[in-house]
Amino acid sequence: MSTLLLLVITGLGLGALYFLVASGLSLIYGLMGVLNFAHGSFLTISAFLGWEVGRRVSDGTWWGLAISALVGIAVGAIVAALTEYLLIRRLYERHIEQALVTVGLSLATVALFEGIWGTDPIYTEKPDWLGQTTEILGAKIPNDRFLLIACALLVLGGIVLFLRRTRYGLIIRAGVENRSMVTALGIDVRRSFTLVFAIGGAAAGLGGVLASVYYGYVSAHLGSTLLIFAFIVTVIGGLGSLTGAAIASVLVAVLQQFANFYLGGTGDLVVVVALAAVLLVRPRGLMGKVA
Amino acid sequence: MSEPILVVDRLAGRIAGQQVVEDVSFEVPATGVTALLGRNGVGKTSTIKSILGLIDRTGEVRLAGTRIDRLPTHRIVQRGVGYVPEDREVFGALTVAENLRLAERDARPRRELVEQLFPDLVQRRAQRAGTLSGGQQQMVSLARALVNENRILLVDEPTKGLAPKLVDEVAAALAAAAKTVPILLVEQNLHVIRKLADRVVVLSGGRVVFTGAATELLDDEDRIRRYLGVHDAADAVENTGTLEETR
Ligand SMILES: Nc1ncnc2c1ncn2[C@@H]1O[C@H](COP(=O)(O)OP(=O)(O)OP(=O)(O)O)[C@@H](O)[C@H]1O
Ligand SMILES: [Mg+2]
Repeated sequence: MSTLLLLVITGLGLGALYFLVASGLSLIYGLMGVLNFAHGSFLTISAFLGWEVGRRVSDGTWWGLAISALVGIAVGAIVAALTEYLLIRRLYERHIEQALVTVGLSLATVALFEGIWGTDPIYTEKPDWLGQTTEILGAKIPNDRFLLIACALLVLGGIVLFLRRTRYGLIIRAGVENRSMVTALGIDVRRSFTLVFAIGGAAAGLGGVLASVYYGYVSAHLGSTLLIFAFIVTVIGGLGSLTGAAIASVLVAVLQQFANFYLGGTGDLVVVVALAAVLLVRPRGLMGKVA
Repeated sequence: MSEPILVVDRLAGRIAGQQVVEDVSFEVPATGVTALLGRNGVGKTSTIKSILGLIDRTGEVRLAGTRIDRLPTHRIVQRGVGYVPEDREVFGALTVAENLRLAERDARPRRELVEQLFPDLVQRRAQRAGTLSGGQQQMVSLARALVNENRILLVDEPTKGLAPKLVDEVAAALAAAAKTVPILLVEQNLHVIRKLADRVVVLSGGRVVFTGAATELLDDEDRIRRYLGVHDAADAVENTGTLEETR
């Protein structure tokens, strides 16, 4: 029972990280049809800069972590918005070129990060409480899981409220369905493209800082690793569906934990098999729309 | 006559490299309904989309004397071009109210007018547009254009696929709108054209082959047959009224 609970909650924590990356991927694909392979780099740069600023302000404290998180969110949003504005904007509807540019950007930035911060992981400090465990029904749960889950829930709630309650949210929801009709109502839909990139980048930026808490280090490859699973999650959830991404994040991460524990470390394999199975049964993913 | 509201000069349009509008020139007067006619696939929808910049185009388009052919779609629409697309294109996942709110450009959108024209939509404010009937969706699509004060409406086959009673309702709404704003109307239903249109522009082979008063065309069976492909023109007008059914 306690093992089960530990696996589930750890899965939820990891799922939270996946969601922070996948939510942006899904929104960006849904609105613009762009598969953003550079999304992992948004996460990595945010993790590094968040860590650099946070440790200088107050290393290993809540205050320092909060600063890291704020810096991560801001960096993610700015870098993502700039990427959209300077690179992707010129390439809408040109899917091959988009893939080339975002893949190229992600490779180049990883090399750049390695050049600046080295190829080895840099271990990070975190507030004491996050390194401790809490006992629930006999299971000793690492506390950082709770932080991750809470943050992902806040982000999910925030994005949902934004989409439901604001004019830009309305434009984005309409644009996911029929972009050209949005422009035909006199709305400059490109502005919401930049905004969606910024939101996705902010979520990934927060994800970067939390990932460094979860793994205990920052590294140039932090984003690339998470991006692979986030893409799988996005596809399983249904490209363009935020709810789908949330559900799939949890399913994939929990499944991964269980397979790692009970099936001798085969978590990654099982996830890929699950992806294949979902695509066979529901080619558009769990919550995908029939386009 | 006063200056035309819309002047289309040597307009050409292409989709995915394929020429779908060859060389189209015509004018839309500042009042009344101008019908844009022609057989299926002749490029009526593409002409409207070219005017709006929804597809790649060359040539000149002037709205009230100002060129709009270099502007992106949203700027053209902001200058007062209302668009009711073929097949409605309502946002199915959004509610009726959200569809209308999205369309509101003016500082003081004409909500009362829309509610008065389409009372059915008031009760269905919270319903998802995707679950509306075809006729109700057409009302939403029309309402999206009428909620703003426009200088011209581009309306593409608003009665397509509607039951006769709804055809009349849509025609009545357009007739009411036409009192205040000029309309460029693509329409297959000859009854509706007869009721609404003052002038007609006929496309064939990617070009304009006829422009004139509506009656000039509608009272000439031979022209109807030649331009619109209706075999029994008199029958079409008197009995069924649609081009589709007489094909
Ligand atoms: N997306 C597209 N890709 C390729 N060809 C297209 C596309 N859309 C339209 N066409 C072609 O352009 C031509 C004009 O189409 P358009 O829809 O403008 O005709 P239409 O006069 O509006 O026809 P209808 O009366 O059936 O609505 C047609 O031959 C059509 O096959
Ligand atoms: Mg058409």
